[in-house]
Amino acid sequence: MAQRRQLRVGKEWMYAGDAEKLLREAMRIQEEEDGRHGGHKQSFIRKYIFSIDHKWIGIQYGMTALCFLLFGFSLMLLMRLQLGWPGHAFSLLKVLGESRAPGGILLPEAYNQLGAMHGTIMVFLAIVPLAVGAFGNYLVPLMIGAPDMAFPRLNMASYWMYLPGGLVMLASFAATGGTAQSGWTSYPPLSDIATEGQTWWLVGMIFLITSSLLGSVNFIVTIIQLRAKGMTWMRLPFFVWAQFVTSFLLLLAFPPLEAAGVLQLMDRVAHTSFFLPSGLVVSGTKLAVAGGGNPLLWQHLFWFLAHPEVYVLILPAMGIIGEIIANNTRKPLWGYKSLVGAVTFLGFMSFVVWAHHMFMTGMGTVISAFFQTTTMIISIPSVIILTALLMSLWGGSIRFNVPMLFALAFLPMFGIGGLTGLPLGLAATDIHLHDTYYVIGHFHYVVAPGTIFAMFAGIYYWFPKITGKRMNEFLGKVHFWGSFVAINGIFMPMFAQGLAGVSRRLYDGGLQYHHAKEIAAATNPFMSMSAWTLLVFQAPFIVNFFWSMAFGKKAEANFWHATTLEWAATTSPPLAHGNFAVIPVVHRGPYEYSTPEYTEADYLPQHHVIGAPPATSGGGMLTAAAVAQREA
Amino acid sequence: MDAHAHAAEHEIEIPYNVYPRPDTGLYNGKLGIWLFLASEVMLFGALFSSYILLRTGSVNWPRGYTFLNIPLATANTFILIASSVTVVLAWANLRLGNLKLGRIFIAITIACALLFLVNKGIEYHHEFVEGRSPATNNFMALYFTLTGLHGLHVIGGIVVFAYMAGPGAKMWHQDRNRYTNRIEIAGLYWHFVDLVWIFLFPTLYLL
Repeated sequence: MAQRRQLRVGKEWMYAGDAEKLLREAMRIQEEEDGRHGGHKQSFIRKYIFSIDHKWIGIQYGMTALCFLLFGFSLMLLMRLQLGWPGHAFSLLKVLGESRAPGGILLPEAYNQLGAMHGTIMVFLAIVPLAVGAFGNYLVPLMIGAPDMAFPRLNMASYWMYLPGGLVMLASFAATGGTAQSGWTSYPPLSDIATEGQTWWLVGMIFLITSSLLGSVNFIVTIIQLRAKGMTWMRLPFFVWAQFVTSFLLLLAFPPLEAAGVLQLMDRVAHTSFFLPSGLVVSGTKLAVAGGGNPLLWQHLFWFLAHPEVYVLILPAMGIIGEIIANNTRKPLWGYKSLVGAVTFLGFMSFVVWAHHMFMTGMGTVISAFFQTTTMIISIPSVIILTALLMSLWGGSIRFNVPMLFALAFLPMFGIGGLTGLPLGLAATDIHLHDTYYVIGHFHYVVAPGTIFAMFAGIYYWFPKITGKRMNEFLGKVHFWGSFVAINGIFMPMFAQGLAGVSRRLYDGGLQYHHAKEIAAATNPFMSMSAWTLLVFQAPFIVNFFWSMAFGKKAEANFWHATTLEWAATTSPPLAHGNFAVIPVVHRGPYEYSTPEYTEADYLPQHHVIGAPPATSGGGMLTAAAVAQREA
Repeated sequence: MDAHAHAAEHEIEIPYNVYPRPDTGLYNGKLGIWLFLASEVMLFGALFSSYILLRTGSVNWPRGYTFLNIPLATANTFILIASSVTVVLAWANLRLGNLKLGRIFIAITIACALLFLVNKGIEYHHEFVEGRSPATNNFMALYFTLTGLHGLHVIGGIVVFAYMAGPGAKMWHQDRNRYTNRIEIAGLYWHFVDLVWIFLFPTLYLL
């Protein structure tokens, strides 16, 4: 095959200026055409509020979720004040009002409210919307070469179910008796007889479940139907696979919780007793209900969702890490097929492990043995994924930029989170560890320095794509190193506390128990200080985020020299109207870095035709060239 | 709905919105509704599982057939089955290009659905008059929750069909296939709503 000569001027290739002009012209024509068709420009409301463009919806999700992330974190900061220095008056706690913290001393009821809402907000309003709603929405159509999601209106509806759900949760703080206080798990019978806030919680959850249902149908249809020509299943970026499996989990695991939510709502509003056993005595009087219900029923229905939910939290994070590692090691992701196989198997298995959360409920040793076995089996694909990501580093020429630092930190952090889960999955060791701080340490290692670090990695990585601007590396590094140290300061001591038998729901952090007193007093103030330090180190991120958006240096279209379509075949930010001027045709897998046969650059984009003008220019040129073609 | 037409023109064209993608054999909406129905199976599956768990754990489970109105519920079963037939006829006629007949069959479907709800209302009324409410016992709680949720699905179907037969039918003149697809999708949903009732009827009334 004859190679055509390629001319470059400096780092840019030759027709850069011409292409740029063409692109401008093309965009102008497009706008003109839109104006002719619609008779007027898109209204402000359609463009920015009830938008049906997946990119803008993704941004809406992202900004809302980041606000909730900060809010959920701040609830925990207030709790950590009480845990670090129990019974101490803090003037800051006075913001909660006299009914919750008289004189700045947190009341136990208010502590429970903060705990329940921290969990609820972090899981359902912050991480999932950020991982799926924001990253998934923005990137999946771009990565598979689709002009938008399959159902743009449903996509809009999905965000507009999520936001009211979140607002209902926030409004519940104003309910009589405060917000929900039965933990994020809302176990009955306590949640059945709790104050009004619990009803708000249930209503909020029904909104959120509906939102994620609409979203997951949309994702699955988009990935199955809208893949560009040549984008076969085994050429999908790993991130898309992760989102695909995640969507199935959301689709099939959430409805049982919706059923459970409806039943609990009936218990609270229509005075049924689905979850209330006969002869329940509350505050010395027998509860006037029909009885005959079963609190374990709630736990089964809840964990049937909530265990797959754990994988909803982690799979998109793994997808993000996969993209960033491949890009910054400049070599293909190690074991792509095993990764895909593992993530699919993980999805299936996640439906049959739920009762390992319930070993201590007395459901019987036979059932425990079954769920213990499935739990051990599900650890295998997780280990495969982590190993493949780790192996990908071997022999790579690693670029230590901010997204890569977060991605590299994810590996050991998720490793700690995952491995500490094994003793919890074995029924015998779980007897000792159940409901202690060990459990909190375990899942926070998975979700906080695991998933949240992956989210940060993703934000730093795709920021240039979304805004067309670069983020500040120095501030990013300060953010990373500060967060990395502080976050370990919070969660590492939890393992020691848990092994010492400190229960997770104690208002004073364990001081009232003889066996827990010593370690609680020794570690809790340090952990609380670490938590506040973590807050301080989020400041560089927030500053960097907004400052770069406004004044950041311009970033070229394919800023990281990546191979996947969202970078290589679009402008930064992508065209508002249909993402690509012409939908690209895919010729190869997603991770062709440092391909020996291709000498023009160390990356070979998925849609690039060898011999055609080179890939280095990024999306702008290619788009322009394509538009020029269309014009002709 | 002028605004709607404007917005539609602004939209970019989504591939396989109307015609099936060759390798999957499905258009987007059809795949979407099957996925939605899968999640509905999980929703009702969880409720039926709750029924089994509560019933097996109960010492004294009330038998629905001793006091529920079986003849009326049987009639309701046949009404819903009939409506499932008419919705297929509506779709078939639209495929043949007959909007008029299609609309008539949609109207019959809606009429069946309304009749079903009226009968259900009579039953509910009777229960309340007899002093049986969701709070009476777990059987009644499940009875009202399950039939209530099913009733909401019936109402949802009525709203969709009423829109399709009324203002939504304008789409026929712009894009016949798309309109016909919509009826097919709504019909699939409607079959599911029937199917749930087919399970609810023996579970609550006969067992």
